[in-house]
Amino acid sequence: MERAIEAANLTKYYGSFQAVKGVSFSVKSGEVFGFLGPNGAGKTTTIRMLTGVLKPNSGEIWVLGYDMLNEREKIKAREKTGIVPEMANPYVDMTAMQNLHLMGGLYGMSKREIEKRSVELLKTFGIYEKRNVKVRGFSKGMRQRLILAMAMIADPELYFLDEPTSGLDVISARLIKDVIREEKRAGKTIFLTTHNMDDANELCERIGIIRRGELIAIDTPEKLKQLVKGRVSVEVSFEPMRFDPSILSSALNVETMGDKVKIYTDNPDKTVKELVRYAEEKNLHIVSLRTLSPSLEDVFMELVGGRDD
Amino acid sequence: MIETLRRSFAIAKKDMLIFYLKGPVVIMGLIFPFFLFLAFLIGRNLGGDQLFVGLTAMTAFFTATAVGPTIIPWECRGRTFERLITAPVSLTTVLLGDFQASLYFGLAITFAIALPSMLYFSLSVGWITFLIATLLAVGTFSAMTILLSSYPPTDVPADVMMLTSLVKFSLLFISGIFVPLEKLPSYGRLVSYVSPLTYYVDALRHSLGGGYLPLWVDFGMLVLFGMAFFFTGVTIHRKVLERRFT
Repeated sequence: MERAIEAANLTKYYGSFQAVKGVSFSVKSGEVFGFLGPNGAGKTTTIRMLTGVLKPNSGEIWVLGYDMLNEREKIKAREKTGIVPEMANPYVDMTAMQNLHLMGGLYGMSKREIEKRSVELLKTFGIYEKRNVKVRGFSKGMRQRLILAMAMIADPELYFLDEPTSGLDVISARLIKDVIREEKRAGKTIFLTTHNMDDANELCERIGIIRRGELIAIDTPEKLKQLVKGRVSVEVSFEPMRFDPSILSSALNVETMGDKVKIYTDNPDKTVKELVRYAEEKNLHIVSLRTLSPSLEDVFMELVGGRDD
Repeated sequence: MIETLRRSFAIAKKDMLIFYLKGPVVIMGLIFPFFLFLAFLIGRNLGGDQLFVGLTAMTAFFTATAVGPTIIPWECRGRTFERLITAPVSLTTVLLGDFQASLYFGLAITFAIALPSMLYFSLSVGWITFLIATLLAVGTFSAMTILLSSYPPTDVPADVMMLTSLVKFSLLFISGIFVPLEKLPSYGRLVSYVSPLTYYVDALRHSLGGGYLPLWVDFGMLVLFGMAFFFTGVTIHRKVLERRFT
């Protein structure tokens, strides 16, 4: 199948408020697609329409070739889909193993299959030793790992992951990203929403950016970065850290970031020379000096205007 | 159909593991009917058959309606509901699972109370009538919880408990549990027909050789009430589902 997800003209109203305005896009089979946007932009509403939780007021949704607006076809699509809803929890009064058994049961798997797959997943996510402990005693990172394991129980073809690494410790976030990469290598399709631009940059082959319910950009991360190619920056750190921004005639904007300064410029060559001259004049030691191309975060800030919707 | 039942049983098992021992379930399902029965018993010169009917009917009614109404609000509050309904099961299957959780709880406690009390009061009970009546009644009361949990679409279990208690006590007091149907004035009898509990109480009296309405009417009304509760509940749940996420 060429296209795993196809959304055409999706529109959703909450009363008179239009949360999603005619959004159309498609996700190819085997692709990791990132869906970005500020808070309230319509990301979760869109993902809920794609997974069949909410019905669009108009538009069409096809997932793995199934029409998500048809009740029977929706269930068939879900048989092949693993979903991690936004801020979802596992059942805290059940053990990790019981949570996985529940999900396996809902996917119609046999007891033996569930047992085998559960052990495999619990080991992958590093929570096998805690398999018989009630989830109430799990850390946030462990709970999120379990939630992803629950979504993976039936080895689905397609994943919808709504903020899977949000608020997690470094180890859990890295483990989850590794699993996402592994699933991608296995040919799975992944639809991912995230606030973390580094995650989106690392994991996604294409990215859609939604703002005020409208899809305002959709492309590969590198092509999106070209949209703000004027925003090259130079990052410098001196020892001792003393810096007077007025000495730079080439700076468009200066940001102090901890023990560093980031200078946005349209002439990096001139900026670097000015910085080196300044360091020599003031007898400062240059600890680091880097030229940076625009990041995905720069693209995002440029497109959404740096505010929640 | 078998696959639907299998998957709904997975949901029922989850409900049994989580909700049977929740405080409000124990209070409303076990402790409360016990004290209500004491109030029914003390100061009244009642025979063993009347006590058996009162105790069994109250137990079935309160236990079968203790679990169901709060499951979905608890799920919404615990942020587990969205994943449940995005699993490859329909909303009806989810509700069928919740229905089963109420049914098994109601049946287990009702039989655990009714059987020793039959022996204690040395009653000769028509077994088939008793079993069919209890199965139908607990099924009907369990289906009632699907309706009770449907509106308002809240994530505050206490809101649902309050509304549920109001409905349950109204149905209890208008049923023929405290005053047998034949002793009620005709207007009282008409009102009592609105409560499904009336038909269970009457069927239990049949199992002891009494009863006011024909037995087939008791059974038929329990089936009708059960079907109406379940399907109306499912319809309302479907209609308000989106409001649980907005």
